[in-house]
Amino acid sequence: MPDPVLAQLSRACQQVGAAAPADAVAGVTPSYAASPASTKEAAALLRAAAEHGLAVLPRGRGTRIDWAVPPRRCDLVVRTDRLSQVLEHAAGDLTASAQAGVGLDQLADVLGTAGQRLAVDPPGGGQRGPGQGGSGTVGGLIATGVAGPLRFRYGGPRDLLIGLTVVRADGTIARAGGKVVKNVAGYDIGKLFAGSYGTLGLITEATFRLHPLPQATVHVTVRCANAEAAQAAVDATARSPVAPAAVELHWPSAGAPLAVSALLEGEEYAVAARAEVLRELLAAAGGGSAETSAHAPDWWGLSPAAADGTLLRIGFWPGRLAALLGAVRGAARPAGLDPVLAGSAAAGVLHAALPAAADPAAAVVFIEALRAALSEPAVTGAADRPRPPASASALVLHAPPAVRDAVDMWGPVPSLAIMRAVKDQFDPEHRMAPGRFAGGI
Amino acid sequence: MTTSSQPARAPASLAVLAERMVPICGAANVITDPVELRTYECDGLTAHRCSPGLVVLPASADQVAQIVRECAAARIPFVARGSGTGLSGGALPSADGVLIVLSKMRRIIDIDPVSRRATVEPGVTNLSVSKAAEPHGLFYAPDPSSQVICSVGGNVAENSGGAHCLKHGFTVHHVTGLEIVTPQGELTWLGDGTGCAPGYDLVGAFTGSEGTLGIVTKIVVKLTPIPEAVTTLLAAFATMGAGGAAVSAIIGGGILPGAIEMMDALAIEAAEAAVQCEYPAGAGAVLIVELDGPQVEVARETAAVRAICQAEGAYEIRAAADAAERAVIWAGRKSAFAAVGRISPAYIVQDGVVPRTALPRVLDRIGELSAQAGIRVANVFHAGDGNLHPLVLFDDAVPGQGEAAEVLSGQILDLCIEHGGSITGEHGVGVDKSRYMPKMFGADDLDTMQLLRCAFDADGLCNPGKVFPTPRLCGEVPGVRHGPHPLVASGAVDQF
Repeated sequence: MPDPVLAQLSRACQQVGAAAPADAVAGVTPSYAASPASTKEAAALLRAAAEHGLAVLPRGRGTRIDWAVPPRRCDLVVRTDRLSQVLEHAAGDLTASAQAGVGLDQLADVLGTAGQRLAVDPPGGGQRGPGQGGSGTVGGLIATGVAGPLRFRYGGPRDLLIGLTVVRADGTIARAGGKVVKNVAGYDIGKLFAGSYGTLGLITEATFRLHPLPQATVHVTVRCANAEAAQAAVDATARSPVAPAAVELHWPSAGAPLAVSALLEGEEYAVAARAEVLRELLAAAGGGSAETSAHAPDWWGLSPAAADGTLLRIGFWPGRLAALLGAVRGAARPAGLDPVLAGSAAAGVLHAALPAAADPAAAVVFIEALRAALSEPAVTGAADRPRPPASASALVLHAPPAVRDAVDMWGPVPSLAIMRAVKDQFDPEHRMAPGRFAGGI
Repeated sequence: MTTSSQPARAPASLAVLAERMVPICGAANVITDPVELRTYECDGLTAHRCSPGLVVLPASADQVAQIVRECAAARIPFVARGSGTGLSGGALPSADGVLIVLSKMRRIIDIDPVSRRATVEPGVTNLSVSKAAEPHGLFYAPDPSSQVICSVGGNVAENSGGAHCLKHGFTVHHVTGLEIVTPQGELTWLGDGTGCAPGYDLVGAFTGSEGTLGIVTKIVVKLTPIPEAVTTLLAAFATMGAGGAAVSAIIGGGILPGAIEMMDALAIEAAEAAVQCEYPAGAGAVLIVELDGPQVEVARETAAVRAICQAEGAYEIRAAADAAERAVIWAGRKSAFAAVGRISPAYIVQDGVVPRTALPRVLDRIGELSAQAGIRVANVFHAGDGNLHPLVLFDDAVPGQGEAAEVLSGQILDLCIEHGGSITGEHGVGVDKSRYMPKMFGADDLDTMQLLRCAFDADGLCNPGKVFPTPRLCGEVPGVRHGPHPLVASGAVDQF
C-alpha cells in the first residue's frame, strides 16, 4: 500500500524517498529524505511536512551533522544537495549569493577567480587537506556558526552574512537583509539564524560580504614555557599595530610548551616588514625565540579533536587567557585527562579536545569541573573588574554517545527564556530540529 | 511635516503613573510640565514631533526596570531615548506614553585593555569611549558623524555606522554583551561579553532593533588597537563619473580603505560657504580616501590610491601630513549636512544604499529626477559601501515645494530598491520610513521579522509604531498546536 505521506511529499518536491541508513543523525533514523532544488520547492515540501506534523532536519554535506544534541525526533531529512548554485558573484561589489548546498570549496573556487574570498576558515573549510571531514556547505556554515582563525579579524559567519532566505516550519518563505553591505532596514534575522542549528527554519540562500585574497601571508610563531608567557605573547600581538588577521594558540599536552602563532596578511614586502616587528614583539613577550615562516604551523586551522572524539568550545574574555588555561588543566588533571587545547586565543575562543578512547565518566567529570571553574571570579576576572553574571562558557560541540548522553552539551545559557520565546514564535510546533539546541529547544 | 496630536489615551492613568515614578527616580527626574515635555518632542529628525505624556530620567538599570514594570502593569507604551540625535524619528515619543531618557546613565563602568573591552552605560557618548580607551592604545571603532554627542545606547538601537565602517564594521560587529530591561521589566543579559556566548545570537538580533525589543542598560563593546598610521587623501575630479571610476578601481585593486567619501559640486559649494574648506576650485567631485593600518601597508596603499586617482583623471591630489591637516580635509565633509542650510532654506537628508557598482547609474538618475522636479539635490556619500546621503534642497516658503521635495526624496528610495539596495544604510527606519518597508520586503518577510518582536514584546508596548507599517498580533499563533506540552518546553518537567 502506498504511503500517503510520501505521496504528498512527492507532490511537493521532485526528489523525495525513503531515508537511507546514511541519513541517520546520531542514531536517529528519519523516515523520509528529500532534496528540493529551489526555495519554492523547499517551501512546498515544508508545507506538506507541516500538514503531517513531521519533524524536519536540514542537512548539508553532513560535515558537522554530529555536532550538538541528537534530535529528539526526525521524520524528514531535507538535504540541500540540489540547492547547489552560486547565484551571483558581484565582484565589483565584493558580494556573493549562493544556495545553501553550495560547498565552501566550490564557492572559494568561484570567488578565487576574481581574487576574492569569503573570509571564513573553519576546520575542513576546503583550504586544507583531507582528514577534517571535508568542506562543509554555505547552509551548514551559517547553521553551526563555525569559524576558524580568521574570526579574529573578520568575525564569524554572522559578521559576513548580509542577506538570508529561509523557509519557516510552516513553509513560509522569508527574506531578510539584502545584497548590500550596509543596510539597517528591519530586524537582522540573519543573526538569529547564524548558529541556530536548524531549529528556527531551513536556510536556502545566503548573501555574503567578500574580501580580497591577500597577496601574501606570513606566520610568526613563538614557543612559550607557561600560560602566563602565552598570554603575554597573545596580548602583545593582539594589541600591536602590526594588525594580525589571526592569533592562535596550541597547547597539545600539559607537559608540552605552548605555541602562539600569528597570521599576517598583506602585500609581500609590507608583510615581511610587519613580520619582523612582530617577531621581536613575540620573542620579548613569549620569552623564547620567535620564527617567521611562509607556511602555517602544522596544527593551524585544524580541529584538535578527531571526528569521533570530544570537542569543547570555550568562550572567555581574552584578558583571562592564562587563568582560563590554568582552569582547564586544573579541571582535567583530577579526571586523569590531558586534553589538547587550541584556538583563537586573542578572540576569546579556545577548543579542548579529548580522544574518542577517553573514559566517558572522566570526560563528564572534566566538563562539569570546568564549568564550575568558569564561574569562579579568579577565572572570569570578576574579582577585579565588573563582569556580566556569566562571562565564560564551555559548549560541547561533539562527543561520543557515552559522553553526549551524560552531560548537558550546551551548559548554562544566558537568557534562555527569551530563546524559548523566539523558538515558540518561529516554530510553534517544535518540529524543526527538535531537541538539538540549548535547553532542549 | 507631520505632527502627531492624537489625544492622550488615558490621561488619568498617566497622572497616576507619574506619581508612581516619583519614588523610583525622585520628583526632580519625573517631568510632567507641558513646557518641559515639549523639549523632548522630537529627535534629530525634526519633521516628526509629538510631546511625550510623561518623561522620566532614571539613574540606574534597576530604576529602568522598575519604570518599565510600572508601564507594563498599566499597559502604557514607553520609548527609550539617548542623546536624541537619531535621524529617523526612532525616539519619537507617544502622547499617551512614557519617554525614558537615559542621559543620566553615563558611567564608563570599565575599560579592560587586555581583554580589549569597555563596559558602559547607555547614555555614554560614543567619542568618550574612545577617549577613555586612548591611554591604552585602543579606540572604539564605530564613528557616526554625531559621535561627539550621540550615545552608545542609541548606537546599539540603530546599529550605527559611520565613515569608517567600510573597514571596521558597524556597531553590531563590536557589541559582545548587553544588559537589557525586557518589555516586561525584567533585567537580563544577552550575550556574555565574549562574542561567542552559546545559544541564539540575541545580541546580534537586538542590535539595530531600534528600541523595539527592550531598553539597553549596560553595553560591552570591543576595543580596537589604534592604527599605527593614517593617511588622508583628497582628490579633485572634473566629473562625478571620474570620481566613481576611481572608487571602483581602488576597491577592484584589493585595497580596503578605512573610508572613501565623495561629494558633488553642490555639496562642495555648501561646505565652502559654511567652513571655507578650500577644496580645489572647479571640482565636479571630490573624493576623500583615508587609509589606516600598519605603516608599511599604508605607505604602499597610499601610493597605489594616488596612482589610481591620477589615472582616472584627478587634477589635484592633496595628502594630509598630520592630524591637523586631516581635520581640514574632513571639515568640509563633516559639515556637509549642516552646510546645505547656507544654500537652501530647508532640506531633507536622505539615506539609501545601492551596490557600489550601481553608483554611476543611480547618481545620473538622481540628477534627472532632480531636474524634472526643479529641486536641487546635493550628493554626499560613503562611496566605498554605496551609502548615499542625497540632500534634497527646497524652500519651505514656496507653496508645494515641501511636498515636491518629499516626493523626490521618496523617488530616490525607490531607485535604491530598484537597484537591489536598501532604504536605509545607517539612519534607521524609525517612524520616517516604515511606509517604505513593504516596498523593500514582502508581507511574509515583515511578518517573519515581527516574530522576533512578538518573542520580546507580545504586548507591543516598547517603542510602538516604529520600523513596521503595521504591527503583528502576537496573541495566538495560527495553526493547530501539536508541539510539546508547555511544561515540557519550559523545562519544568521532563517527558520520556
